Amino acid sequence: MIAEIKKEAVETFKRLGFPSTKNEEWKYFNVQQILPDQPVFASAPARLSASDLTPCMIAGSNVHLLVFENGIYRADLSSTGTIENLVIGPISALKENDTFKNNFGKIVSFGTEPFVALNTAVDHEGVFIHVPANTAIEKTIHILHVNTNEQSDRITSIRNLIVAEKQAAISIVESYHALNQQCNGLINVVNEIVVHESARVELCKAQLDSDAASQINFTQTIQEKNSTFDTVTVTLNGRLTRNNLHIKLNDTNCTAHLFGLYILDGEQLTDNHTLVDHAMPNCFSNELYKGVIGGKASGVFNGKIFVRKDAQKTNAYQSNKNILLSDDATMNTKPQLEIFADDVKCTHGATTGQLDEEALFYLRARGIGEKSARTLLNIAFVADVLNNIKSDELRETLQQKAEAKLMQ
Amino acid sequence: MLTIKNLHARVEEKQILNGLNFEVKPGEVHAIMGPNGSGKSTLASVLAGREEYEVLDGTVTFNGVDLLELSPEDRARAGIFLAFQYPVEIPGVSNANFLKTAVNEVRKSKGLEPYDSKDFLAIMKEKMKLVEMDKQMTTRSVNEGFSGGEKKRNEIFQMAMLEPQLAIMDETDSGLDIDALRIVSNGVNALRDGKRSFIVITHYQRLLDYIVPDFVHVLYKGRIVKSGTKDLALELEEKGYDWIKEEVEA
Repeated sequence: MIAEIKKEAVETFKRLGFPSTKNEEWKYFNVQQILPDQPVFASAPARLSASDLTPCMIAGSNVHLLVFENGIYRADLSSTGTIENLVIGPISALKENDTFKNNFGKIVSFGTEPFVALNTAVDHEGVFIHVPANTAIEKTIHILHVNTNEQSDRITSIRNLIVAEKQAAISIVESYHALNQQCNGLINVVNEIVVHESARVELCKAQLDSDAASQINFTQTIQEKNSTFDTVTVTLNGRLTRNNLHIKLNDTNCTAHLFGLYILDGEQLTDNHTLVDHAMPNCFSNELYKGVIGGKASGVFNGKIFVRKDAQKTNAYQSNKNILLSDDATMNTKPQLEIFADDVKCTHGATTGQLDEEALFYLRARGIGEKSARTLLNIAFVADVLNNIKSDELRETLQQKAEAKLMQ
Repeated sequence: MLTIKNLHARVEEKQILNGLNFEVKPGEVHAIMGPNGSGKSTLASVLAGREEYEVLDGTVTFNGVDLLELSPEDRARAGIFLAFQYPVEIPGVSNANFLKTAVNEVRKSKGLEPYDSKDFLAIMKEKMKLVEMDKQMTTRSVNEGFSGGEKKRNEIFQMAMLEPQLAIMDETDSGLDIDALRIVSNGVNALRDGKRSFIVITHYQRLLDYIVPDFVHVLYKGRIVKSGTKDLALELEEKGYDWIKEEVEA
């Protein structure tokens, strides 16, 4: 079956090819800038040592840890522990698992997504997690990727599948780091997530790779009855970053929270494309994305909400707020609501502006220096995204990293 | 302490101050009154260092230093405090964190060690009593969702924490009910120590029943046209400004 899916993916990718900026969905994200003439899919040689991981342990050391170097699993650096009935490990070792076989490639659809098709077609590695019913995993799962590849022509394909059965609960951190600022290449990630009835999945994605490396990822979540999916995406580093996040609320009484933060400078570009698909009644979704953009950097936010005909009593909220720190910084934001049900509550809003000059003067008039005052206001601006990270250790680490970047 | 000579200033091409002369000595309380548009708030803004106000002529010295050369933060560090007419809401910055940053930056500029959290909390607790502030207000974001009265109390609380030499109160009484007015005034009076000076800008004599000034000045068309004692305020309350305008035009 998986072989058939792969074959179909190859055909689909051949048909689609890489997207150009003429494609409306890729209008602001020019993949030609990062695509090599002759992509290399083989992984760079391993050189990561245990001591290199210290700065990457952003969720603390009390985690189930899965380390990947250039997309290749490093069992020697990982420690998953053993939890009864929990299946967790690299997909290369779990291909024969029935749940894996029944879900792989079935959650995400690559029909119109060239990078998902490519990811499916080529060799890839990642994590498969199957949380059995009625099981809450206490420790955070940390999927830690370190880029040690210094060649720009490499494309690394990462693939994760997470299945949380009925009344299961799990919290996952997916983080991307670089060994040094010369690390390079394109990372192409696909996440498939199934949240069964009354289950809860939390996913925090931290993008801390080098500013030379780029990433395109696609996360597709399907939620069943009474389930909850909470996700926070924090983008601090990376050259071109494309985050596609699609959530399908496939049954009644689902809850989804989507938070995003991007702090960009230099010539960084971060493009967040989100889709919340309200297919069934009585579901709730709340989305807040915030950006602070300086230098010649640019941000893109494209947030779609579909409320289908059957999805009565939907509550869907979306907000995107941005601060531009320089004249050369840009932000393109496009909320798109398509509502086919008549008894719903939906709001959306987007703002892009400068720092509040009145607030800045107020702080300065109390003796706070201009630079500190600007930093204080920017930190306050991003706080209501970061405050949604539930793990104290992870939240504090990302707060520090965000503050350090805002102080530059 | 503060000497203003021949001050001319404009905002957005409109000249508002036209040769203002004014002197404040340590411990004095000066009330500045005057009709709308006479330049009262402009004076406060120029003294605090708002960038959109352009000084065209004149000098302002504060303890011998050219105040107009200083950034807003350096004026605050030198001991000037402006109680805002419209205190700004700053979501995401807690009142306590904001004040700790401010107090410690002011201390740093004087070569003093920053307060640690424990000392700072103790001082904050003591000063909160001055304006009958409850503890919640310190953990909330600066002025966010505060009522008009709470915002003005917060201004006086900040003044108490920063211990300025000269406090400028820009229509602090506007929008206050009688209870809030009493609390705010009690706070200010508690901070009168014979050395600290105040410039109280107001439309209403009512405030001056609570904060009794040493001098009352009338600002009109960007100049001080009449000065007197607190009796002048009573006279203005009774007769309005027309007689002063007539005196000036004559």
